[in-house]
Amino acid sequence: MIAGQKQARIAWRGTSRGSVTLIHRHRWLAPLLLLAPGLAWLAVFFLVPLGFLGYQSLESGSFETGYSFTWEFSNFWDAITGYDEQLIRSFLYAGIATVATLLISYPLVYWIAFHGGRWKNLLLLFIVAPFFVTYLIRTLAWQNILADEGPVVGFLRNIHVLDADGRLLATTLAVVAGITYNFLPFMALPVYVSLEQIDARLLEAAQDLYASKTKAFLRVTLPLSAPGIVAGTLLTFIPAAGDFINAQLLGTPNQYMIGNVIQSKYLELIDYPAAASLSFVLMALIMISLLVYARVVGTERLTG
Amino acid sequence: MTTAAEALPARPQPSAAARAWAFVRRHALGFYSVLALTYLMLPIAVVILFSLNQPAGRFNYTWEKFTFDNWTNWDAVPGIRDAVILSLEIALLSTIVATVLGTLVALALVRHRFRARGSTNLLVFLPMATPEIVLGASLLTLFLQVRFATGFTTIFIAHVMFIISYVVVTVKARLVGFDRHLEEAAMDLGANEWVTFYKVTLPLIAPAILSAALLGFAISIDDFVITYFNAGSETTFPLFVWGAARVAVPPQVNVVASAIFLIAITAMVINVIIQSRRGRQAKGIA
Repeated sequence: MIAGQKQARIAWRGTSRGSVTLIHRHRWLAPLLLLAPGLAWLAVFFLVPLGFLGYQSLESGSFETGYSFTWEFSNFWDAITGYDEQLIRSFLYAGIATVATLLISYPLVYWIAFHGGRWKNLLLLFIVAPFFVTYLIRTLAWQNILADEGPVVGFLRNIHVLDADGRLLATTLAVVAGITYNFLPFMALPVYVSLEQIDARLLEAAQDLYASKTKAFLRVTLPLSAPGIVAGTLLTFIPAAGDFINAQLLGTPNQYMIGNVIQSKYLELIDYPAAASLSFVLMALIMISLLVYARVVGTERLTG
Repeated sequence: MTTAAEALPARPQPSAAARAWAFVRRHALGFYSVLALTYLMLPIAVVILFSLNQPAGRFNYTWEKFTFDNWTNWDAVPGIRDAVILSLEIALLSTIVATVLGTLVALALVRHRFRARGSTNLLVFLPMATPEIVLGASLLTLFLQVRFATGFTTIFIAHVMFIISYVVVTVKARLVGFDRHLEEAAMDLGANEWVTFYKVTLPLIAPAILSAALLGFAISIDDFVITYFNAGSETTFPLFVWGAARVAVPPQVNVVASAIFLIAITAMVINVIIQSRRGRQAKGIA
């Protein structure tokens, strides 16, 4: 009986050591085992669907007759020529909103990083707070604030910035402002991180060398925060270009972006090939704008 | 005996306007920041305020009357309770799965050198750099092609897919500064690889895993676009809001949103306080 237990224990140790030596002997196995489940999920549910989307973008036919694969490259041409207005609008709105998030958030996070003291983390919480209110509801709240009968429109009409029947809701301004608000934390956080890492002694050194405050900012602080600005630009611009919620809730069809077209083609008109080719056009244009951006700011900054 | 100040020639007193200007200049940034923070808080305040409103008609646009009724009868609107429960279920389930899968990938990326590291990093990064609408549309294409009915399972699959990348990035960031000597010490003391992982590695990276999981949960519960494409006839809370927005949003939607906000913000505040206490303690020891 006791001997049996001992034997069992030895056997157990044996297997345990066996599995360990197995990993030791095949060192390449360990990362493979760790990676396999996660990467498989991404491959099957991200890469493969993109492949299917590409396949679908080259189909022809209609919802009634069904779709068949015919290398229909004209879908792409139709997508670009038919919806050039919405495409341009998407990139224009996303671009303006990205610049606006930078201009609004930079002074704020600068103040938190350099004058926040012990309240830094608590102040930072204010910046991420909008994330904890559902995206759609944040946007609906703006609908509420900018409504015709709301206080903002009333005030602007009183001081004659707006005409007596002037509106804020259902205008381009409202859509761009909505995108700006919704994506502001994506810009603010990376910029904050890069500002927070700046060694205060560098600024002292600049002032010792007779740099004015403005000059010290332009020559030291701003360049050192550039990585944060670059990261923030990517994080803001990409989702903003594909957004359709702000245009839908705060705008009219005159403000519709490419996301609105893709969404309605896919889910309302059931025109899969057109929706798929538009999705690819959107991705390609984002890629192109990133490459242009990379040329402007320098590749090493983009890849960090 | 004269003091230094008296010895100096009297400086001309700055005029009131100049002093006011100096005051403005000194405090302009702080003043601006308060304004900017107010701007960030404004919609949140509106959401909470209108959760306490008793709308006159169907539209909850103008302030009528203060009431707590919406909070006590938060599930009086048909469908809202089911939508909230579904959102919580999906968020919990997909966060657990994605956190496990993502943590394993992060461990492999930080601790092992292998040939496909570059392409692995790319595969993890790409879903975050793809517009949500493309992620949602392509996933729906897959389900349509293989004739897989959309519903609970497809929402779950989609959520795990987009959370994984965030988990990998968050955990990886913390693992980079990880002291591997601690693991070596455990192995020297006779622990095998599993015990070392369980007793040393896991407790050390637990905070990173927890913050990744919280981030994943928050993203999942907030997601509209990808879910919209892959939900079939199921309704999560954001989808419920979308449906309601086409007609009139009941104040109960504001109640749920306010509750989610207050719970999340309380958790964050507690976290900040604990972190800063710990930081001060650590400084005290040093």
